Amino acid sequence: MTWRGCSSALLALLALLCVGAAPDVVAAPAGASSCSGCHSPAPGVGAVPHIAGLSADQIAGAMAEFRSGERPATVMNRIAKGFSEAESRAIAEWVAAGSRP
Amino acid sequence: MIGRRAALALGAMALARPSRAASGRIVVVGGGFAGATCARALAQGGHAVTLVEANPVYHSCPFSNPVIAGLREPEAQAFGYDGVRRDGVVLAQQAAVGVDAAARRVRLADGGVLDYDRLVLAPGVDLRFDALPGYDEAAAETLPHAWKGAAKAVLLRRQLEAMEDGGTVLMAVPANPYRCPPGPYERASLIAWYLSRHKPRSKLVVLDAKDAFSKQRLFQAAWAELYPGRIEWVPLSSGGGVIEVDAGARTLVTDFGRHTGAVVNVIPPQRAGGIAALAGVADRSLWCPIDPVTFESRLVPGVHVLGDAAIAGAMPKSAFAANAQAKVCAAAITSLLRGEAPVEPRLINTCYSLVAPEYGISVAGVYRPEGGRLVDIEGAGETSPLDAPREVRALEAAYAGSWFETVTAEVWG
Repeated sequence: MTWRGCSSALLALLALLCVGAAPDVVAAPAGASSCSGCHSPAPGVGAVPHIAGLSADQIAGAMAEFRSGERPATVMNRIAKGFSEAESRAIAEWVAAGSRP
Repeated sequence: MIGRRAALALGAMALARPSRAASGRIVVVGGGFAGATCARALAQGGHAVTLVEANPVYHSCPFSNPVIAGLREPEAQAFGYDGVRRDGVVLAQQAAVGVDAAARRVRLADGGVLDYDRLVLAPGVDLRFDALPGYDEAAAETLPHAWKGAAKAVLLRRQLEAMEDGGTVLMAVPANPYRCPPGPYERASLIAWYLSRHKPRSKLVVLDAKDAFSKQRLFQAAWAELYPGRIEWVPLSSGGGVIEVDAGARTLVTDFGRHTGAVVNVIPPQRAGGIAALAGVADRSLWCPIDPVTFESRLVPGVHVLGDAAIAGAMPKSAFAANAQAKVCAAAITSLLRGEAPVEPRLINTCYSLVAPEYGISVAGVYRPEGGRLVDIEGAGETSPLDAPREVRALEAAYAGSWFETVTAEVWG
């Protein structure tokens, strides 16, 4: 298991331990709380692609492709460039852990 | 009544979860995009939150330009506070009339007072009826600003509908800063769209108190393509600065001459909403300097200022920014009440403008605190490409509508 795998597993464990606690607005990594302005937690709302339900790998992978320009985009290519690989990863873990997308 | 053992067990749980003990009494003034978002986020975080908002219904400024152009009904702009209440926020349907920061107390119009541990002011903008000679509240009844609330947007729409074909529409646009930097140009675009379909002999003259504006190249390229010859933009250096308004004659006066229109829209200069000055958080610029990590006022401790009222550095006065700031501020307040250092935030903004019903453009930015202010992260953000195909414009128009639906659900839904 890679370090990244380990840290994901740890985060998942932490998320499980936190079940039942009040939603913690502090826990959002830098930038993560902005996502829900466009990305609805409710499926089927609007034309903006849904990220709720995606895995951390899928979200972090998409951010990397937006950043490199590999994946076509209207605005996410411009936004992804404001975050490093590690910062995107932290946001992806938080969104995938079922926090507000 | 609970038994001693249960009480001990509860005590142990409280010790194990110190965060629960660090909730506070928060008062939020203003139920717009910033205030309602912040109130809900804080209530969801376990704080006791009172939202002070005089109006039972909020009328959104985003998407009010389509209302003016007849593309959208004003009812779609109205949002109530049932969703906010469902999160446990207490609504005080009152105007806040004063803040005693030393006693940590807000005074309400009915004489009531609210004590707070932290106060959040999200008062939006006040239109300045003292800044442009001849343009006061009475003048706004004939030359609508359509920059706040629902009534003036509907009035401007009715005036456009009643105008004879061939009449000239005038717009006066203020200098920076003001709410929604690209808003006047979206409005010009959609009025041109309306004229091209319903008043084909009419044109629009935009008198601007500045020489450059948000998404300018994109707007001007689209105007040339979609509305050739219909929009005349007069920058400050060509005499666009309106210095006086003659409402009776529907005339705007500039240093260079007088312009008379069949319909005249005056977007006046603005300032932070009234309570900001009363609370002492506005400086001589009439806006509110803030700490870029916590949005706490530079002038009054314990008071945070969000949204259009704040001087947020590179972040524009937009609804997206207000919503994003509110969530960051809620997290910072929770940290402060726990005695922890707030996390250094990263904020995002995306502003969509409609140039036509299926033609959207955007500007985005990512921001971080540096040197005491919020700065743009280099290489991120910027506008939609100048050479994008129409499919991309259509997609951005759809995303604009989707953003509105999603963000208003988060704020009020």
